[in-house]
Amino acid sequence: MKELVEHLVVVPIVLPLFAAALTLFFDERRRAARAAISFGATSIVLVVALVLLFEASDSGPHQGAATVYTIGDWPAPFGIVLVADRLSTMLLALTSFLGLTTLLFALARWDRAGPRFHALFLLLLMGVNGAFLTGDLFNLFVFFEVLLAASYGLALHGSGSARVKAGLHYVVINLAASSLFLIGVAVIYGVAGTLNMADLAVRIPDIPASNRVLFEIGCAVLGVAFLIKAGTWPLGFWLPATYSAASAPAAGMFVILTKVGVYIVIRLSLLLFGDQAGPSAGFGEQWLAVGGILTLVFGTLGILASRSMSRIGSYCVIVSAGTVLAVVGIGGEASLAGALYYLISSTLGASAFFLLIELLNRARGSTAAAISPPVFNDEFSDPIGDGTETDEVGVVIPATVALISGGYILCAILLAGLPPLSGFVGKFAVMSGVLSSTNMVAPLSWVLIGILTLSSFGMMIAFARVGIEVLWTSAEKQPPRVKRVEFVAIAALLAAAVTLSVEGGLAMRFVTSTSTWLHAPQDYVRAVLEPAVPIAEGAAP
Amino acid sequence: MEIVLAIGIGVLVASGVWLLLRPRTFQVIIGLSLISYAVNLLIFAMGRLRVDAPPILDPAITADAGQYADPLPQGLVLTAIVIGFAMTALYLVLLLAARGLTGTDHVDGQEPDQ
Repeated sequence: MKELVEHLVVVPIVLPLFAAALTLFFDERRRAARAAISFGATSIVLVVALVLLFEASDSGPHQGAATVYTIGDWPAPFGIVLVADRLSTMLLALTSFLGLTTLLFALARWDRAGPRFHALFLLLLMGVNGAFLTGDLFNLFVFFEVLLAASYGLALHGSGSARVKAGLHYVVINLAASSLFLIGVAVIYGVAGTLNMADLAVRIPDIPASNRVLFEIGCAVLGVAFLIKAGTWPLGFWLPATYSAASAPAAGMFVILTKVGVYIVIRLSLLLFGDQAGPSAGFGEQWLAVGGILTLVFGTLGILASRSMSRIGSYCVIVSAGTVLAVVGIGGEASLAGALYYLISSTLGASAFFLLIELLNRARGSTAAAISPPVFNDEFSDPIGDGTETDEVGVVIPATVALISGGYILCAILLAGLPPLSGFVGKFAVMSGVLSSTNMVAPLSWVLIGILTLSSFGMMIAFARVGIEVLWTSAEKQPPRVKRVEFVAIAALLAAAVTLSVEGGLAMRFVTSTSTWLHAPQDYVRAVLEPAVPIAEGAAP
Repeated sequence: MEIVLAIGIGVLVASGVWLLLRPRTFQVIIGLSLISYAVNLLIFAMGRLRVDAPPILDPAITADAGQYADPLPQGLVLTAIVIGFAMTALYLVLLLAARGLTGTDHVDGQEPDQ
């Protein structure tokens, strides 16, 4: 039994892969079978992710040490490892939860808008989970390509010329970024001779001075690739166009994609360039801090300038990435804990907002053009037919409008960071962490605090403006047809965010211990390179 | 040998970047292909250039790492080639879809003077 539990780490990668293959055996007419496979697999992955999260937490069986899974049982620097520590399991659980809710939302109608939705969705889940779990740079590249390939398909899901146009740019940007990724990986391998992250952390102090510049160039090129994925200014102009053109469940899931870029930046900058890195310690911190703050400014201005809700949602994603990156650059244990908390909260909020936009647009119906010209015209047309709904479950909920409005207000409070929800708690924790981390507060920290406050204010203005247009409509119109699963999906996301606020103490303790763990990279290195449990005797021939 | 390879990679990247910045989708895809070739060569070169050195252990030769070429970059290149090939094929499909939907091969889906 114990051996089976050890294999749990690989389930979030392998299960979606097999489920995706399985859905391909059923053609488009057997929707129920595909939906069942995909829903079942996603649910199991969520349960596994929660188990892993518990195991990695302080109250788990390992007292917070990382679980290392060696693929094929090759020892660490030679084989590929999967590492489930606090940070990766936290994001794993977040991904699986988003996956389940957006899938639920898609089951209402979007999974019929194009072929092979379920397979692409499951592969995306596999790629993201793999990227969070892997402890090897080249393996990371492979998982990145898996998730990107699936995301190309999902971005185009539902077709239409606007999606194809946005998709064209998205694919080119990401292919170019992948080239940068490979260049960075190649240079790092050429200098350090390893691609295992833990091994790399050990070798960095010993890199001779003549090669150090080359090594840092490699890391910088690699970093640029991740910052492109994270949507940092000035590398993130592709993001609003792609996300606002994508279908609602795809956009809801894409929220996690920028977090993959942010995750790698957090992981590598603390693992490789912590205090023990010798002359390279703190490499790139200034760039991250300034870049993050500029991203925050750009995102806030974008929100204020947006004339459609889906663009506001996209810029919220940029703001969230910018905040976390700036905090990583400025440094400090307490502030990073706050940033991680904020990351969870803003991801849940943004995902719920993207799903809600679909319902709000449906509610506004013909007056859709009132607030702004539509970004893409096929958003309002039913992807299956011409609006002649013959759906079996198309129940009109009487309180629909009230529920949608309530959801909108919750999303706005979450994303803008107003009390009492977790968005506020996260931002407050960041600010207090930045102020308490050093004796003398750096000028950049004051800039970050000021910009964060102004950004909340700007978002509040934008949300209030849109809210007036969207929610204060006349009661003459028919309430939109919203299916129960769509409500359940959005309600689950918002309920998770509310739980995060109510159980703030528990969540905060977890992110604080995560931050402490990240700031002590030697523990990570030891867990990967010196496995505590020796290989079972007699197992080897 | 190093200088020839370095010049080759440089020319490929330079041509690729120039094509990538062109307004036609077909030029962009050729540019991406050239860049991916250059990157593959770079990864290969990062295992150091060796002539007549096998990457696989041979029991007949003494076990000295200096006798062998580094097999890892060769494995990485193989993976990168496969992935790059798949992505190029995917982009080709998208390119044709965009051409069919918008009626132009401009990357923005419309001619700039319209």
